[in-house]
Amino acid sequence: MISNPFMAPATNPAAPELDEDQLLHVSLGPQHPSTHGVFRMNVVLDGETVVSLKPVFGYLHRNHEKIAEAVTYLSSMPFTDRLDYICPLTNNWAYARAVEQLAGIEVPERAEFIRVITAELTRLINHTAFVGFFLGDMGAWGSALMYAFREREKILDLFEDLTGARMMSNFMRFGGCRNDLPAGWAARASELVNGFPRFLDELENLIIGNEVLLARTQNVGALPKEALINGGITGPMLRAAGVAYDIRKAEPYGIYERFEFRVPLGETGDCYDRLMIRFLELRESLAILRQALAQLPDGPYINPKSKVRNFKPPVGEAYARIEGPKGELGFHLISDGSVNPFRYRIRPPSFINLTLIEDMCLGLDLADVVVILGSVDIVLGEVDR
Amino acid sequence: MAIDPKLAEDLKSQGVHVTSFESLINWGRASSLWPLQFGLACCAIEMIAATMAKYDMARFGAEVFRPSPRQADLMIVAGTVTKKMAPQVVRLYNQMAEPKYVIAMGACAISGGPFKDGYNVLKGIDRFIPVDVSIPGCPPRPEALLHGLITLREQIAKEKLLGRTRARHADPNAGAELPVPTFGPHDLEPTFNPDLWNPPAITRHASES
Amino acid sequence: MMPDLAAILSRVQTALPAAALALRRNPGPAGQDSLLVAPADLVAVCRFLRDTPELAFDLLSNVTGVDWPDPATADAVAVPAEATAPAACGFLEVVYHLYSTPRRVGPLVLRARTADRAAAVQLPSVVAVYRSAEFQEREIYDLFGVIFTGHPDLRRILMWDEFLDHPLRKDYVAPDDYQYEPTPHDAVLEKAKLHYPAKAES
Repeated sequence: MISNPFMAPATNPAAPELDEDQLLHVSLGPQHPSTHGVFRMNVVLDGETVVSLKPVFGYLHRNHEKIAEAVTYLSSMPFTDRLDYICPLTNNWAYARAVEQLAGIEVPERAEFIRVITAELTRLINHTAFVGFFLGDMGAWGSALMYAFREREKILDLFEDLTGARMMSNFMRFGGCRNDLPAGWAARASELVNGFPRFLDELENLIIGNEVLLARTQNVGALPKEALINGGITGPMLRAAGVAYDIRKAEPYGIYERFEFRVPLGETGDCYDRLMIRFLELRESLAILRQALAQLPDGPYINPKSKVRNFKPPVGEAYARIEGPKGELGFHLISDGSVNPFRYRIRPPSFINLTLIEDMCLGLDLADVVVILGSVDIVLGEVDR
Repeated sequence: MAIDPKLAEDLKSQGVHVTSFESLINWGRASSLWPLQFGLACCAIEMIAATMAKYDMARFGAEVFRPSPRQADLMIVAGTVTKKMAPQVVRLYNQMAEPKYVIAMGACAISGGPFKDGYNVLKGIDRFIPVDVSIPGCPPRPEALLHGLITLREQIAKEKLLGRTRARHADPNAGAELPVPTFGPHDLEPTFNPDLWNPPAITRHASES
Repeated sequence: MMPDLAAILSRVQTALPAAALALRRNPGPAGQDSLLVAPADLVAVCRFLRDTPELAFDLLSNVTGVDWPDPATADAVAVPAEATAPAACGFLEVVYHLYSTPRRVGPLVLRARTADRAAAVQLPSVVAVYRSAEFQEREIYDLFGVIFTGHPDLRRILMWDEFLDHPLRKDYVAPDDYQYEPTPHDAVLEKAKLHYPAKAES
């Protein structure tokens, strides 16, 4: 019936004959220190070996899509902050882009620059926090996270000056941004960007080459790149397997074609590559930030023609996506000409990147499951919405 | 019963501390709260930030986050409680050993917050478990969480161990396990625990509004 | 880069002459036109789009459900190329967004529609072609009630298994768990009014 060559194998090939009485059923989560929120996996073990893994979703299903159908377009903007709550500003951008496509709104140049700067700073937050959480999953609980959060606080201070909030920024508007950069903000951002490589060197020196890290991550959780594409995996996970697919290059949105940056690629796609790809992407983000901060033009920060009250996009639909820190973040909007969206759909990278979690874990130990889940980099607010 | 404060002060200068047994117990309890390592949503990130370098919750004796409810005595409900998650939250609360305290962190845990129109969102965790301190905010800043923690410590310091107004955990007749709601075809069953949560009856008329 | 839908349409019709496809124009500024595929041909069309090297739509990025109680609205959003009679009753629709990673083309929008919203809500599952649809189809089954035939594991994914409703349908009524709020306003006030005692007859 199902003839997809990329389907999950029914049983683990390493242990074809299983005694049902000897199998151990473990429910990992929803409350568990390493599952990145309220994510649950029903794992069947043969000794220490995983023979089946079924993810259970919905423990943070907050009905964002249903609520958005009952409110105006702009009222959904604060909700997008709470999707992937580590990086609200990229969520803002993806949603603003979808509405701009739906209604045909132009974005002024300075606003595009502010968007790129905030989005890349958000990527810095996400990837450093990823490193901290990932090390925590491997047992280095706390230490790496302390370093990551120390740097995160510095970026959050910048965001607080810009948007008024540490986390829930609610900053983008259709056709631009809510407000201009405060005085001296760009200089302080440059200072942070220039100091960041020193922190990266420090962090890399601390963890790369560590015996335990290598043993726990190398050759763990790799899949062939064809299977990853077929499974809809995007973002750093896909690039770690060597597929050069970055939406900033493949479909340059905003003003990304103006900047010089490289797309780092991994070789095998195991958890070690997924960790290293984040380090390399951090350095590329810093390169983008340096160029954007140096070229920042003057001008309006929002399209003066964009409407706030009684905003009604014309009838039609639009699907817009950006390269979020976790992968392809898309919004599919359908307008029937009223003030509320008729259908509001988020394409969540965290959720779809979990499609192949069972395939990655089969035949490995239970302890590897936690590492693989950490390497996917999920945020439950986005998985369950 | 109580010692003369002036005498206590005099003794203190001599290196002798005099206090009541109740104050000593409460001081011990308030000074080393072990929170349950239990994050639900966005607020959990601020909860983690509060334990990290810049805010350093360890200054208030509450940095030992325990992954097991059996070892924890403070549950910080950090984030939106969905109806699918509510039974697990009540179960975790039941598994914690007395004395146990609950902080509802953020608008969602208090009332459903921005998501209160959702069909799967519980409109406040106080419908199922008793809440000691509520911290407003979406999400509350780490400072607000620290303030909530200090407020809880002040409450614990005032707890009575004996008498009619004694705390719940000191009352041998109180404290059965809370009932865990079950999944129904349209909603949780029951939708709230009437022993804990009694909303006032609505008496206004439509014509008055 | 947007795909050339007319060329793709003629290519599919040459290769699969029996397949029923129709071009649907998007009236909005986004200009993302779509192809309406008959449910019976959906899997074959997807396989052709994925396996033809000149097309190579290998990434099924997004699968969305839409509930259309009024078929006229559906035709206003996805306008038929030539005048056709609208569907007799409302229906559920599933929208697929396809991309090509080697050719960097997309999105190619496919739509498939069920016969109605009550009994005939079956659509074929595309999991056999695109694994990425596995969880997304489960989500659409959960929230819209579209039954995907051939799906390997069609269960509820976000709501609990005992749940009976499909919340993202337009006619879904959320459980009335309003009990009390000291200062109701906006939507909550509307809900609260339902609970006010009936006005005394005078």
